[in-house]
Parts: sequence; C-alpha cells; structure tokens
Amino acid sequence: MAIMTIREALGRALDEEMARDERVLLMGEEVGEYDGAYKVSKGLLAKYGPERVRDTPIAELGFTGLGVGAAIAGLRPIVEWMTHNFALLALDQVVNEAAKMRYMSGGSLSVPIVFRGPSGPAEQLAAQHSQSFASYWAHVPGLKVVAPGTAADAYGLLKSAIRDDDPVVFLESELMYGWKGEVPEEEYLAPIGKAELRRKGRDLTVVAYSRALTVALDAAGQLAARGIEAEVIDLRTLRPLDEAAIYESVARTNRCVVVDESWPVASVGSHLAWLVSRACFDRLDAPVELVSLEDVPMPYNRALEIAAQPTADKIVAAALRALYLEDGASAEVARKE
Amino acid sequence: MTPETPDTEELVALLARMELIRSFEERAGVAYGLRKIGGFCHLYSGQEAVAVGSISTLDPARDYVFTGYRDHGHALACGMDPRAVMAELYGKVTGASRGKGGSMHLFAPERGMFGGNGIVGAQIPIATGAALAQAYRKDGGITLCFFGDGAFHQGALHESLNLARVWSLPIVYIVENNQWGMGTHWKRVSAEEDFTATTAAYGMPGEACDGMDLLEVRATVGRAVERARSELMPCLVEARTYRYKGHSMSDPQKYRAREEIDEYRRRDPIELLKEKLKEEGRLTEERWTAIAAEAERLVEEAVAFAEESAEPSRVVLYEDVLAPRDVSARTGAEAQRWRS
Repeated sequence: MAIMTIREALGRALDEEMARDERVLLMGEEVGEYDGAYKVSKGLLAKYGPERVRDTPIAELGFTGLGVGAAIAGLRPIVEWMTHNFALLALDQVVNEAAKMRYMSGGSLSVPIVFRGPSGPAEQLAAQHSQSFASYWAHVPGLKVVAPGTAADAYGLLKSAIRDDDPVVFLESELMYGWKGEVPEEEYLAPIGKAELRRKGRDLTVVAYSRALTVALDAAGQLAARGIEAEVIDLRTLRPLDEAAIYESVARTNRCVVVDESWPVASVGSHLAWLVSRACFDRLDAPVELVSLEDVPMPYNRALEIAAQPTADKIVAAALRALYLEDGASAEVARKE
Repeated sequence: MTPETPDTEELVALLARMELIRSFEERAGVAYGLRKIGGFCHLYSGQEAVAVGSISTLDPARDYVFTGYRDHGHALACGMDPRAVMAELYGKVTGASRGKGGSMHLFAPERGMFGGNGIVGAQIPIATGAALAQAYRKDGGITLCFFGDGAFHQGALHESLNLARVWSLPIVYIVENNQWGMGTHWKRVSAEEDFTATTAAYGMPGEACDGMDLLEVRATVGRAVERARSELMPCLVEARTYRYKGHSMSDPQKYRAREEIDEYRRRDPIELLKEKLKEEGRLTEERWTAIAAEAERLVEEAVAFAEESAEPSRVVLYEDVLAPRDVSARTGAEAQRWRS
C-alpha cells in the first residue's frame, strides 16, 4: 500500500486512465495551465497537452454540454466542475441530456462521461459554496452517482467511473483533498454499485458516505467506549444503491442510523431511511434515525457551520435514541429487549 | 459533389425528398387528429428546403446532424426510414427509439442523425461537443447544428459559439428563422434583426440565405461546410423561412394573419424548385406526378407499418436506462427481491 492524499489518488486515476485510453480527455475551468483549482489535475497538461487537457471559459452550461456531445460522438470526456456548487448552471445538460439520451434513443446512443469536482460542506465559504447536491443527482434515473469516502476508493472508483459506459456524477469531498490514506500500489478498480463494510458491529448499523463516513467511524469509536458496537457501512455509490448490503446488516443489528451531508428533505438519507423501514420492517426494533445537514443554508460563522453539519456527537445521540438508551442505560439492557 | 452545380438527377432527388417530408407531415397531422399520435407534434411543413438543402451538402459517412424538437424533416433528410419515424410517432416498439422518444426524439447515429431534442437550444452545446470529437480525432467530419429563432437567445448558443471559435471546431450553426417562437414574433424578442451580425463578436463568419430556396440554402451551407472542414472555421447561417403550421398541433394560431401564411405559401420551397426545373426543361409534369405518387406511397406504407406494429411490452419500460449489463441494478429491484 502507498500512502497518498486523496488529491493525489484522484490525480493518479486521471493520469492512468488518460495513458490507457486516448478517448479520455479532461475539460474544465483551470484544469490546465493552473494545474487545477484544487490541484487534482496537476501535471496532466504538461504530460498530455492542450488537446486532451482543455481549459474552458467560465461557462458551465456550455462546456458541460460540449462534454455530453463529445461522449455521444465516441470520446470519454471528464468534465471537471471547479465545484459542484456551479453545476446547477449545467443541470439541464446532466439531467435532461446526458441521463436521458440512452433512453430517449431506445438504446442507440451512449453517453460515457464523468462529471466530477469538489462537493459537500467546505470551511467558512457560506451558503453558495458549501453544500451537497448529492440528492439532486441521486434523484435522476440514467445517472450513476459515486461518492468515495477513502483514498483507495477515490482512486479505484474514479478509474471505474471513467471506464463506465453511462454518465457518472463523481462527488469529491472538498474537505478531504488533503487527507492521506492507503492506496494499493498496483492498479485497482473499485466496483460501482457496491457498498463496503468499514466496521463490524452487532448493536446497530450506521450508513454513511463521503466525508460523513469518517464522522460515522469517529462516532462508532465513541459508542464503543460505552460498550455499544456499531456496524458502519460505506455506501460509496449513491446510485445504484447497494441495498442488499444495508438490509443484510440491519437484519442482524435491528437498528439503523443514516448519516448524510445533504439536506434532509427528499434526500439520499431520507430515501435510504424509507427503503430500510420498508424492507426491514419486521426486523427493526426502533425507527430509522437520520442525521443530516440541518435544514438551513450553510452559515458562514464557524460555530454555526459546525452546528449545521452531521457531527460525531449527533450520530452518537441518534444511535442512543435507536437503542432507547437516551437515559444512560447500558448496552446490555438494549440487547435483552 | 459541388454544392453550387448540382446535376439534374441530384436536384430531382432533393425535390422528391422535400415532397416526402411534406406528405409525411400532412399525414402525421391527420394521424394526430385521429389521436394515433400523442403529446407534442411539431410539423416541419414550409421549412423543407432548409433541412434538405443543408443536409445534401454532407458526407453521411463522417458528418453529424443535431436539431431541436421540430425534427421529422431532418430525420427524413438524413435518410431515416419513414416507417421507423412514423412508428416512433405512434409510440410503437418498431419506432426508431422503440416508442420511448416520440416525435421530438428521433435518432439514427448510423446515418449521422443525433436527434431530436425537446429543450430549446440544448442541442447546441451538444452538437459543438460532437464537433470537438471530430476535431480531436481529425477524421475530417463536420457537424450541422439546427435550431430555431427561439433558441437564438439561449445562453447555450452564445457559450457554444465562443467555444467553437476558441477551439476551432468544424461546425455550422443553422438558425432556421421561421419567424415565430411559439406565438411570439421574433422581432419582439430580438435586440438585433440580423442574426448573422452576432457572429462578428465571436470572430466567425455569418451568412444569411433565403430558406425557401433550396439552391440558395445548399450553396450557402455548402460553402460553410467546406470552410468548417478544411479550415476548422465555424460559421452561422441564418435561413429565413416560414412555418406553415402552428407551433405544435395544439396551437390555434391566433397570433398571426392568414394573409401572412398565404404570402409564404406563394413562395413554397417545393413549388419554387419544381417550377424552376420545369422551366429549365429538366422536369416533366409526368415525372413530377410520379414523384408525388411515390412520396404518397412511402408515407402510406409508413402509416400501415405504424398501425400494424406492436406496442412496446412492459419489459421495454426498464430497458435503456443504463448500459445493458446494468439493467438489473435499477433502484428498487433489490428491495423487491429481498422482501419476497
């Protein structure tokens, strides 16, 4: 295993896939001369030249649409949005065009494209630059939505996304670019549509993705100190969801806490909570808990900003509610019920 | 093939193609009235010279066509089988999109026809991206991108014109100015009455032509296509034309005078070319009668095919969402399996 930042892991995936397949090209704001607004594409212009690493004007609708057209015409473009916050300007091209072309054409068109960039809460950037649109993308049939929570997955899932024959929206946590993690030395393709068990436990299941995975694991550590064993599942892919992995876990633990950095209304988290409530109705010993972003635009103030987000404390509290231990009773009591 | 000097046989073939489109649209209008065709149905009658004249300058083996929702004419001009087009309008499984696209979503990538788009102007950046793929591969192909006067004011056009010029892409934008964006006259919503003037801002040529005159369309677009192919210089062509029918089949057309339609019908693109060929002694009345009869026959054959074709089965509903190997991965399937 090599230790590298998530930024480097993503850059390695781009580099390897561009070397492997000439149809792969990267386009977006500042991806070339500037080496990437977040330095994910560092060195790629020098290595692959301006035909394959294309600096675009600040015109998200236009260059995203060009990516869709290039994909329809046989290339495998990677469109980098400087951040997902600006992707709303290109929403029509993703939702009405890329996602639906195969269906509307009865299968005669294919749109192999990756839309990627930083997403989710940032630090003190206020409401327009710090938010997750994961639920927007996950809503749309015809898209795949991928959100890695580790360095190895950032590398392995991006490679799989680039090779995928369908449009993939790839969410990179803005706050995680500098985080270090283990990445296999050899080539590694992480499967799209497969969740991963990150921690075994028998008392409850915590489902999370992207940066919230780390928060969930932190919460699981705190719960362990109280004698509660939380199982933590990393979704990795938001569409298609690996429902079986979640149901299998909840069937053993009988309790579920969903953690999601997006807003709670009509969201990935609320959908998951509904799925689990329905599929595991007879197995659940408590209502499914949802720890999401608070239902407010992201504030600038640092303390308020943290208060708006899922934290380990909030996850612990939700777990205790699911275990009926809010009064401080022990885990043994819950298990006997 | 030189666009400026088409020979007689070629011109007669183009005339026949226009007549096929006209007959097809008339018949589609009847079928719509009989509720055989549902939803939106935007007829191309009156504008035939634009699609047929422009597309006749292409090399179907390497060039692409993109258009908006008024796409039956472009589909037929690209050589799509009228049966597959009519069956698609009928929503049948034998339709070009297996009954899942309908009137606005006609595709035949093997003929260079890439749709058919229901969002005004959305096809413009997509077409520009297809031209990017052609330039990237250096395969000598070019893209024609059709849209209407209504789409002209979308930001998507202006972002695309800029990128096409910055990246030197082989694309010709054709604005089919049929003068009515749904029920709004184009002059009421355009700061500039000469659409081609806009191109100066992007450093590319712009040319206008009479969209009712197939020969003029063909010559103008032909020059632009040649320039795009050999110099990687994009171009915008404004074809001034007219829409005989309402915006869609459900449009009562209270916003325009009958006289305006009649005036344009006197300059009908099919009549114009037909009379010219007759005057020049290149077309006899007998041959024209045969051409019209053949168009009628092809359309009736298409209608019969659509009528007789099967409805798509429920299985088709779930197909073509993702690439074939992923069909089973659709959301919900796993929960169904797990619960049962």
